[in-house]
Amino acid sequence: MKLKTFLTTTAFAALLAAPALAQQISIKAGVLNDRSGLYADLSGEGSVIAARMAVEDFKAADKGIKVEIVSADHQNKPDVGSTIARTWYDQDGVDLILDVPTSSVALAVHQITKEKNKIHINSGAASSDITGKLCTPNTVHWTYDTYALAQGTGGAMVKAGGDTWFFMTADYAFGHALERDTAAIVTKNGGKVLGAVRTPFPGTDFSSFLLQAQASKAKVIGLANAGGDTINSIKQAGEFGIVAGGQKLAGLLVFLTDVHSLGLATAQGLVLTESFYWDTNDQTRGWSERFAKANGGKKPTMVQAGVYSGMLHYLKAVEAAKSKDTAAVMAKMKELPTDDPLFGKGTVRADGRKMHDMYLFEVKKPAESKGPWDYYKQIAVLPAEQAFRPLADGDCPLVKK
Amino acid sequence: MADIATIDAAAAPLSDEAARATQRLHRAIMIGLAVALVIAPFVAYPVFVMKVLCFALFALAFNLLLGYGGLLSFGHAAYFGMASYVCAYVAKNWGLTPELSILLGTVVAAGLGALFGALAIRRQGIYFAMITLALAQMVFFFSLQTPRFTGGEDGIQAVPRGRLFGVIDLADDRTLYWLVAAIFMAGLLAIYRIIHSPFGQVCKAIRDNEPRAISLGYRANQYKLAVFVLSAALAGLAGSTKAIVFQLASLTDVHWSMSGEVVLMTLVGGLGTVFGPIAGAIVIVSMQNYLASLGAWVTVVQGVIFVICVLTFREGIVGVISKWIKKPL
Amino acid sequence: MFELLGIPPQALFGQVLLGLINGSFYAILSLGLAVIFGLLNIINFSHGAQYMMGAFVAWMCLNYLGINYWAALLIAPLIVGVTGVAIERLLLKRIAHVDHLYGLLLTFGLALIIQGLFRNQYGSSGLPYQIPAELRGGQNLGFMFLPYYRGWVVVASLVVCLATWFLIEKTRLGAYLRAATENPTLTQAFGINVPLLVTLTYGFGVALAGFAGVLAAPIYSVNPNMGADLIIVVFAVVVIGGMGSILGAIVTGFSLGVIEGLTKVFYPEASATVIFIIMVLVLLVRPAGLFGRAA
Repeated sequence: MKLKTFLTTTAFAALLAAPALAQQISIKAGVLNDRSGLYADLSGEGSVIAARMAVEDFKAADKGIKVEIVSADHQNKPDVGSTIARTWYDQDGVDLILDVPTSSVALAVHQITKEKNKIHINSGAASSDITGKLCTPNTVHWTYDTYALAQGTGGAMVKAGGDTWFFMTADYAFGHALERDTAAIVTKNGGKVLGAVRTPFPGTDFSSFLLQAQASKAKVIGLANAGGDTINSIKQAGEFGIVAGGQKLAGLLVFLTDVHSLGLATAQGLVLTESFYWDTNDQTRGWSERFAKANGGKKPTMVQAGVYSGMLHYLKAVEAAKSKDTAAVMAKMKELPTDDPLFGKGTVRADGRKMHDMYLFEVKKPAESKGPWDYYKQIAVLPAEQAFRPLADGDCPLVKK
Repeated sequence: MADIATIDAAAAPLSDEAARATQRLHRAIMIGLAVALVIAPFVAYPVFVMKVLCFALFALAFNLLLGYGGLLSFGHAAYFGMASYVCAYVAKNWGLTPELSILLGTVVAAGLGALFGALAIRRQGIYFAMITLALAQMVFFFSLQTPRFTGGEDGIQAVPRGRLFGVIDLADDRTLYWLVAAIFMAGLLAIYRIIHSPFGQVCKAIRDNEPRAISLGYRANQYKLAVFVLSAALAGLAGSTKAIVFQLASLTDVHWSMSGEVVLMTLVGGLGTVFGPIAGAIVIVSMQNYLASLGAWVTVVQGVIFVICVLTFREGIVGVISKWIKKPL
Repeated sequence: MFELLGIPPQALFGQVLLGLINGSFYAILSLGLAVIFGLLNIINFSHGAQYMMGAFVAWMCLNYLGINYWAALLIAPLIVGVTGVAIERLLLKRIAHVDHLYGLLLTFGLALIIQGLFRNQYGSSGLPYQIPAELRGGQNLGFMFLPYYRGWVVVASLVVCLATWFLIEKTRLGAYLRAATENPTLTQAFGINVPLLVTLTYGFGVALAGFAGVLAAPIYSVNPNMGADLIIVVFAVVVIGGMGSILGAIVTGFSLGVIEGLTKVFYPEASATVIFIIMVLVLLVRPAGLFGRAA
């Protein structure tokens, strides 16, 4: 399989610049994600750019590590993704696979990575099972998961006074999981769930469900859906004057690119949880500016930022382990603290969960925004320990011993 | 379906001698294919070859219905995908051996084919295509909304390949390959047999002129239903095998775009030819593999191939070859 | 006050109204399919893609040329219609003599191309399109809050549907069209330019799809896949109605929208499949469709 290959660093530079290191390690990293479908904007080529930036920033070549990055489109199809993953591992000598949005594909790659004893650093997928009952010693789940999203949006909203909820749940496993997790957290924090409605997936018209949500008089309408469903329901909520009527919309899985596509006029007032926003501090701004330059002006999403951060940490672990042996690198990744300009300081837990803070954001009103991509204002910070599922609750076989 | 029929109508008034020559040619091709199957895993990546074989079998099954039954189904993903779910489910949750899982998947696909076929053959031509598409979309929603059975959008993951007959471990790609190759050859031979049986002849007669076939005393609808069920079962065989090979069953397999892909494969290879779908599957699956990095352009390229094929290349690859050598393939 | 199955009648009435709005889209789209099918005998698989094009053209008009919604409502269908004319002249014409299933395959391929191109250019997550200022807000009807825009959708689509019906059933041009549908050769012999009629009909049919796209742009997500799933439902609508009559397509479209709307209240889980289930039932009882002539 000939896949587009990016030679990021050259062997020459490494040979000249790194006389200190006796042996040279050459690594092949595969960025596997959606380059044509629904998630192409939030992962896609941007994730490849992010991975390349990590290699540059790490100055891998100077440290005697030669990195080659390959990329491919899994089209959100698990069979396509697993064929690519198998070929990469079996034939092309790929050492780790990064990103992989879409839970179905991620879980397939997750299994194959374990079977072939390689490394998978997932940034794009949401399923909390990756570090839960399906966890393996070969995967690190970097950026976010359904648990953290529910915890962020559910918990923080109740604390901010949104204590009665109505869910609009996309009628498939992912939607159900989001609703279940969020409802649990809402009740735990003293809130009340007034009702829920299952919407067909994928749906275009949500007006009927919005009327039911409106009639429930709940303070918060939780959107347990993703992608086009979320966009459609937010668009139509605006039309039915839901936000104007005093109810709040809480998006349980919304990315920066979704807000971009909705436009602020429609999305204003939406509350959501993410682990990264470009306009958080000087470091994130600086990095994002470089990123945007390489990515046609588009700011990074948290998924792309996660790819950068994961790649960087992997390289650090390789440097520390002085080899790319899977067990040694994984051990180092879990042993060393993580530190990068985007997510700050953090750790990788025994079950493969990367720990960092999560943020609750509200989408700005058009008048508050200073320009393109200026979309969020921060409402709350969730410390990592609160945001992510406690180690003991995940049923991860690696933890029980 | 007059146009589709022309390809082998050209070869219809054959003398016995010519018929025997054709038969010899077909036998030679079969042997050639078998040899190619033996060599393939040493030349190419076995998982890739297995993927091609699964899709080739799927396309062969589809072509049985279109090329010989004259019925264009736009919902064949339903049988392919449902079989792959059933196979994956029983292999994973009931711990059945792979051959039993595949068999069960095939049987369920046949049952579904009987049900949908009985409905769909009430209409013809374009209506038939739309009905099969709509029915398949129902299967898609069913799969989406019953996560307990299908795993919802995550699909059924980590399906064990298991041990064939409880003895032979299939974990190794090469070992599994022989099983897949055997299933493919068996499927191909079965289809070849069906086409050239008296049953197949009647089906062709109905395809070419239904009223006349009816006036000759054939119950056209029963024949149509039978060929529909056979086609669904073989599509199910392909789907089940795919579930074992990739160790997963997912919504992709029941989505309408899968139905479209199998139409494309058959069209490129040659409608109504015996070997065309195999060629089509090789072309399309390789194309998807090599163009994977092009992203959305893959869809565009597929669309362009569709348009070109319909406009100027309706015989397909094998159909054109067949015209050159003036023998049906 | 009585309640029907636990739903107060006001809420029920509201849902019927919403169903009618969805039905508007089904009606316009199935009408377009029926018009095309009548004369060309092909099922236009790219209808969904052309509906999507309508929405995108409206977006482009606004963002590149500053043309507002109202003008786009005229311009976008026109542009989509012109591309339709080109498609008919350059592609469909060449396969008019072969089996009509090839028309289905060709338009399927076209749908892939159109969707792929838009996805390459604009990505998949969709583009923003605002409700025109004149129609923002809504009216509280007592039993429900009706956004003005929704009301406009019903009115606009009813007008377009009835105008189409009038055009085909009551005018001279429509008479030519119906004659050409019945017997193209004879019609041609009377000196009517049937090939031109065919081309214009295809253009008109896809322009209807484009019109539906513009109507949809402010309320549904404008993305390259917006038509792909919708079109399959519309196919089912067409099978239910049968393609014999223009009025049939309109009536079926609206009534199935209402049925789907009611399903969303009583049993939302089934609302994605209810139209397909009705299709199965209709096939069992009346294979030719409710308004169809027996094949």
